Amino acid sequence: MAVPIQYVFRNLWTRRLTTLLTSGGVALVVFVFATVLMLDAGLRRTLVTTGEYDNVVAIRKGAENEIQSGVTREQANILESLPGVARGADGEPMVSKVVLILISLRKTGAGKPSNVVIRGTSAGGFALRPQVRLTAGRAPAPGSSEVIVGTAIAKGFEGTRIGERLRFAQRDWTVVGAFDAGSSGFDSEVWGDVDQLLQAFRRTVFSSVIFRLAPGADLERMRAAIDADPRLTNDVKREQTFYADQSRALSNFISILGLTLTSVFSIGAMLGAMITMYASVANRVGEIGTLRALGFRRSNVLVAFLTEALLLGLLGGIGGLAVASLMQFVSFSTTNFQTFADLAFSFTLTPGIALKTILFSLAMGLIGGFLPALRAARLEIVDALRAA
Amino acid sequence: MFLLKLVFRNAFRHRLRTLLTLAGLAIAVLAYGLLQTVVDAWFAGAAAASETRLITRNAISLSVFLPVSYENRIRGVEGVTRVARSNWFGGIYQEPKNFFPQFAVSDNYLDLYPEFVLPPEQRAAWLRDRKGCLVGRDLATQYGFKVGDVLPLRGTIYPGTWEFVIRGIFDGSDSTKITRHMLFHWDYLNETLRKTAPRRADYVGVYIVGVDNIDNTAAIASNVDAVFKNSLAETLTESEQAFQLGFVAMSDQIIAAIRIVSYVVILIILAVMANTMAMSARERTSEYATLKALGFGPAFLSLLILGESLVICALGGALGIALTPPVAAAFKKVVTVFPVFQVAPGTLLWQGVCALAVALVAAIVPAVRAARIRIVDGLRSIA
Repeated sequence: MAVPIQYVFRNLWTRRLTTLLTSGGVALVVFVFATVLMLDAGLRRTLVTTGEYDNVVAIRKGAENEIQSGVTREQANILESLPGVARGADGEPMVSKVVLILISLRKTGAGKPSNVVIRGTSAGGFALRPQVRLTAGRAPAPGSSEVIVGTAIAKGFEGTRIGERLRFAQRDWTVVGAFDAGSSGFDSEVWGDVDQLLQAFRRTVFSSVIFRLAPGADLERMRAAIDADPRLTNDVKREQTFYADQSRALSNFISILGLTLTSVFSIGAMLGAMITMYASVANRVGEIGTLRALGFRRSNVLVAFLTEALLLGLLGGIGGLAVASLMQFVSFSTTNFQTFADLAFSFTLTPGIALKTILFSLAMGLIGGFLPALRAARLEIVDALRAA
Repeated sequence: MFLLKLVFRNAFRHRLRTLLTLAGLAIAVLAYGLLQTVVDAWFAGAAAASETRLITRNAISLSVFLPVSYENRIRGVEGVTRVARSNWFGGIYQEPKNFFPQFAVSDNYLDLYPEFVLPPEQRAAWLRDRKGCLVGRDLATQYGFKVGDVLPLRGTIYPGTWEFVIRGIFDGSDSTKITRHMLFHWDYLNETLRKTAPRRADYVGVYIVGVDNIDNTAAIASNVDAVFKNSLAETLTESEQAFQLGFVAMSDQIIAAIRIVSYVVILIILAVMANTMAMSARERTSEYATLKALGFGPAFLSLLILGESLVICALGGALGIALTPPVAAAFKKVVTVFPVFQVAPGTLLWQGVCALAVALVAAIVPAVRAARIRIVDGLRSIA
C-alpha cells in the first residue's frame, strides 16, 4: 500500500519557507536553461525561415558568405542560362543578381554603431521571396536612390523611419517603405536597387546570384556542370543550407556557453534539494518509524520521499518555465561572427523545450532527493521509534 | 568568546548539511568569478589597445576599403608621424575552427606596435622574404609553429591557397598583450591581386596612424577625416581603443546576458544558503527559547545566527575564490577562443563581496524570527 499523497503535500506545506527557497533555486536554474534553449531555437528558426528550399545561392568558391563573395557579370549571365534554372510565367529565368554591402548604422537608444547589411536587389528578388511583404510605404522605384527597411532595422536603428534619409557612398538614400520578412534574417536588412548600389559603390561585380531551381532539376548535376566550366569559379548551395551554415558558429557559441552554465548551476540547485530532503528526513525520523510500524514497507517510504523531491523539482520547473515564457516578448540582436552583420532574433518557446525543461527540473529533484530518500527507507523501525 | 565558540559548534552541528552548503557556495562563487572573467576577456582587445594610435577606415563600414593613395595624404596631416597599412586576410588554416586573425601589413607596421617584440635578425629575415610572415608567441605555441615552417592558408576574401614561410615569432612586452595573430607583407597580397583580380588591388582595409602628441589625437582624427570629406571614400578616424570597443559593442547583448546570468548564480546560492539557515533556525527554536529563558537577549540570538551564516559563507567563499585562478587557467587551455583569459584582482574582490552579501541576506529572516520569539512558544515548539 502506498503512502497517501496528501502526506507528501502536507509536508511541503508545513515547511513553506524551505519549500519556496528550494524550488526557487531550481526555478532560477530552469530559467537559465530554458532561455538558452529558446535563444538557440529562435536563432535557428530565423535562419531556416530565411532560406527557401528551392532557392539556390551561387557565390565565389572559397567565400563563406555573400559579403566576401564576388560574381562577375559574365559569370552571372552564364549561371542564369544554365538548364535547371526555373522560368517564370513570362518565360524569363527566375534569378536575382544581388549586391551586399555592410554599412554602419547607429542602434536606437545606446547609439552604438553596428553593421547592417544593405542588399541591392531587383524585381526578380521579390518574386523569389514570397514571405517578404511591404507593411508600410511603397517599394523603391527602379533606378532611384530609395531603400526599404526590414522590421528589425526599423525598430532597432536610428534614422530608418519612412521619409528619413541615410547617408552613404556620397548619396542620400530615402527610406520609402518597411517590409516584413516573417521574422527571417531579411528583417535585419536594408534593401535597395541593385544597379544604383553598384554605381554608388563603384562596383562592377555582384555579391551573389540567387535562382529558383526548376522542378525536377538536380542540384548535384548543376554543381558538376559549374565545376566543369572553366569560366565559372562558383559554388552553389541550397539557400536553407547556406543560411544554416552562416549561423553555426553563433548557434554553437550560445548552446555551449548556455549548457556549460546550466550544468554548473544545476549542481547548486541539486545540493539545495539534497539539503532540504536530508533535513526533511532527519526531522521526521519518528514519523517514518510510525509509518513503518503501521505496515508501510521500505519501498513505500522511499517512494513517498522521492515523490516529495520530485514535487520540489516540478514546482521549480513550472515556476522557472513560466518566467522564461515571458522572455518571448523580448527580442535579441547581436553581431553574427560569421557575416559580421547585425542579426535580430527572438526567444522562441517550443513544446520540445518546455518538455525538456520540465524533465530537467524533475531530474534535479530526483538526483537531489535520492540519497535522503534512501536513508529514510533504510531506517530500522525500532531505532526510528526510539529517536522520536 | 563564548559566542564565537557557540557559532562554530552550531555551524558544524549538521556536518553533512554544512558540507553540502559549502560545496554549493564554492561552486557558485567560482561560476560567478569565471563569468566575470569571460566578460573581461571580451574587453581584452580594447584594454590592450593604445590611445596613441589612430585607426582610419572607410566611414561606410569595414567591409568597404580605402584607396592606397590615401596614405600620403594622411601622412601630410599635421601631427601624424607614421602611417601603416593593414588588410584583414580572413584565411582558413586547415579547418574553419582553427580561427586566428591574419593581417597583410606594410613593412613599417611593427614600428607602430612597440609592444610586439621581435629579434632584429628575424625582422631582417622577414623583410627580405616576400612570402615571409610573422606569428605571435601564443599562436606559435598553440599550433607548434617554428621559424622556417610553411604556413598554408585558404583564402575566403582573397581566393586561392596562399603559402607563407614563418620568418619570425614575436612576443608581447607583457602578459596582457595578445599575441595570437599572424602578419605578412601587404605588398605580397597586392602584387598577387594585381595579377589575379586587378580591380581589387591597391586598396587598404585600415590605416594605422601614429601621432606625435597624445593630447592632440582627437584634433588629428578630425583633421584626417576633413581631408577626405565629400570624397568617394569618406573616412572615419578614431583611437585604436574606440575602434576595438566598437567590436565589443556589436555583441553587447551577449555580454549583457552573461552579466545577468552571473547575478542569477548569486541568487541561486542565496536561495540555498537562506534555506540552510532557515532550516537550522527552525530546528533550534526551542534552544533559542531556552537561551532566552537563561537571560540572553534578542541581540545575542541574532548575532549567533548571523555569525553562523558568516562562518559558512566565509569558508565557502574562500574555497570558491581559491579555486578560481587554477580553474580559469585550465579553462583557457581547453577553450582557445579567448586570447587573454586572466582573473582580475577586482573579480576576486567582488566574489568576496557577493559571499558576504549572501551571508547577511540569508541570516535576516531567521535572525529576526529568533529575536522575536516568545519563550513559552519557543519551548513548546517541535521541529
